[in-house]
Amino acid sequence: MEKKWWKILCVAILTYAILGALLFDAPRLNILNETIRNLHFHVTMWFGMIILLTASMVYAIRYLRTGNQRFDTYSVEFANVGILFAVLGLITGAVWANYAWGEPWSGDPKQNNSAICLLIYCAYLVLRNSINDDQQRGRISAIYNILAFAALIPLLFILPRMTDSLHPGNGGNPGFNAYDLDSRLRIVFYPAIIGWTLLGVWMISLRVRMRKIQQALED
Amino acid sequence: MKKIFSVLALLFCLNLAYSQDKIEITAEDYENNAVEMADTMRSNGKIYVVVAVVMVVFAGIIFYMIQTERKITRIEREVLKEKGNS
Repeated sequence: MEKKWWKILCVAILTYAILGALLFDAPRLNILNETIRNLHFHVTMWFGMIILLTASMVYAIRYLRTGNQRFDTYSVEFANVGILFAVLGLITGAVWANYAWGEPWSGDPKQNNSAICLLIYCAYLVLRNSINDDQQRGRISAIYNILAFAALIPLLFILPRMTDSLHPGNGGNPGFNAYDLDSRLRIVFYPAIIGWTLLGVWMISLRVRMRKIQQALED
Repeated sequence: MKKIFSVLALLFCLNLAYSQDKIEITAEDYENNAVEMADTMRSNGKIYVVVAVVMVVFAGIIFYMIQTERKITRIEREVLKEKGNS
């Protein structure tokens, strides 16, 4: 195992986060009841996704600046796991919405926009697979990656806030981002973000090494 | 230094934008017994059954990750050795 410490850290943090999420005192809030604990699973997926997709975009820029194939590999693998987190975020969101909003998909701006983001990033993978030449694929998909990230920010963080939305944190509704996260939730929530993100990075590191072996075998 | 400063400034602005229009969670929310929670499940300890199951699943996933990583390390060594020889 290469560089063990952060993987041990990841497992330790996640163990703490899962135990904390299930066992620590949670505020008693109407409508949400015990489901407030989803905060440490559903919301952390989206935070993790944003971190991973930001890294993906940074590697796309670094690829464009240097032309180093390694950065292209990082970029696509960060995007892959970012997409995985987004899918998990959407599914967990639908499960939660079924309970809290009455139906799994209510066409809420936040839901629709995150689905659009997911499609944009799926198109990134399709685009990559449709180009055979390594350099061309790297360059075109890096540029698309930057554009996709530029679309992600308004779609997830600006547009849902400008209309009425059921989702917390948008349009002044009584969901729970509208409640200030309090310190007893934060001591689990923030570590959980770090933990899930590290798990994502771990997956990415495995996939990157897999790709390197693949490339070595092809050469 | 400049970089660190700009990141901090950005985080500060985000925090300001984020903390508007929020309803605070107070200590009372923790005591508000009018809101139904899974108190029975907690008091009779059945929550630990859930905790145990979730932890087993988590441990299984991590075990699988480690096994996969070991396998990849082995293959890595083989492939790179071959490349070194040829």
